[in-house]
Amino acid sequence: MRKKILSALTAVLILVSAYLVFFIAPVPIDPGSAAGDPNNFKIFYFHLPIAISAYLSFAVVFVSSILYLRSKEQKWDILSLSAAEVGVIFAFLTLASGSIWARSAWGAYWVSWDVRLNTSLILFLIYLSYLMVRQAVEEPEKRARLSAVFGIIGFISVPISFLSVRFYSRMHPCVVPPCPGGGGGGIGGVVLYYLLINFAAYFLLVASLMMIKIDNERLKEKANELKRNNL
Amino acid sequence: MLNSMMIFALLVIVIFNYAFGNEATLEVKVIDKKVVDLLAPGMLWIAFTFAGMLGLSRSFAGEKEEGCLEGLKLCPVDRSDIYNGKVISNAVLMVLMEMTTIPVFVVLFSYDLKNIPGLIVVVLLGTFGFIFVGTLLSALTVNTRTREILLPVILFPVLIPVILSAVTATGTLLASGEFSEISGELQILAIYDIIFFIVAQLVFEYTIED
Repeated sequence: MRKKILSALTAVLILVSAYLVFFIAPVPIDPGSAAGDPNNFKIFYFHLPIAISAYLSFAVVFVSSILYLRSKEQKWDILSLSAAEVGVIFAFLTLASGSIWARSAWGAYWVSWDVRLNTSLILFLIYLSYLMVRQAVEEPEKRARLSAVFGIIGFISVPISFLSVRFYSRMHPCVVPPCPGGGGGGIGGVVLYYLLINFAAYFLLVASLMMIKIDNERLKEKANELKRNNL
Repeated sequence: MLNSMMIFALLVIVIFNYAFGNEATLEVKVIDKKVVDLLAPGMLWIAFTFAGMLGLSRSFAGEKEEGCLEGLKLCPVDRSDIYNGKVISNAVLMVLMEMTTIPVFVVLFSYDLKNIPGLIVVVLLGTFGFIFVGTLLSALTVNTRTREILLPVILFPVLIPVILSAVTATGTLLASGEFSEISGELQILAIYDIIFFIVAQLVFEYTIED
């Protein structure tokens, strides 16, 4: 019952926030300073919550990997698998929505020397390989153990990757201060409220997707057990 | 193992020589550099990482045969000592391979190396970063079905900081020869080496546990 309420709430909130973004919310920046059609900045309302959701999911992978190695309880393995899958989808959506916006604002889908773009790409690649590790091992216990090790290594390498591309120039808009060269920010008033509604909608979406995935994995486990008992 | 790594690295450099040999002597007027200056760091590190990958993918595979890994695990030593031993042997192999690759590169492209001590520092730091993570992931993939394919796929994304910093630092050293200009890259390489050495000590035992 609680799960149904969560799913329904997510659906409603996603629809409401999409409606607000397209029809009611203002353009989140000063229209004078934008290149091209200033309306393209509205993608920011999706883009930021999706990116933050991806980071959160990867942090969940890291923490539950550590907990798995400490306790060897299967629930942590299921949690890290679910978080990684949802995180990879959201990381891809971050890249996709960013590229669509960049084409309209910068005239190119991809700018290969931007810090933020490269870090997001590396993040996506690392968790794709995490899913590859999971696919390559059949025994459940070994799969859980090896992927937990990789979940820890991968997460630790992300901040160092960010450092190693920090010499690149920055083209990505800086929203959350502190920004290089000062400035940044510029979210306030009514924009913040619409942004928070989007945050709530996408966090709920992550939570319900993870919940569905966890349920699926538990059912799979149960089915495997029944199969083993009948053999 | 060492033979195949050396020959592979040699072949990579030879192929690059065929591919870029004619263009390499041209000069790029705008930035006052030769084409080979721009290509050298990339060519060297591609040869190092690809040949190093050959060594890493066999590093633990040999121990699996005849149950040698089981014997190692029975030894009354800490599990991380097995890791440290593997790191040393992989590093020796890789450094020997690099010591033969760089002279071949110098000969084939008639290249003058500048600031050789600086280059040695960068290559060693990069090699250790590669080996620390590579040995750990080699132990991780040895138990999987598709280990030869899986290792490069999961190793390269984690290695991006090492490859990026090592290539930029090598490029700066080869172009201007100033050691002070690459302090940022050296810091990142050192941080990466230290962090992953420690992390590997902590998690290695889980990769070979049964």
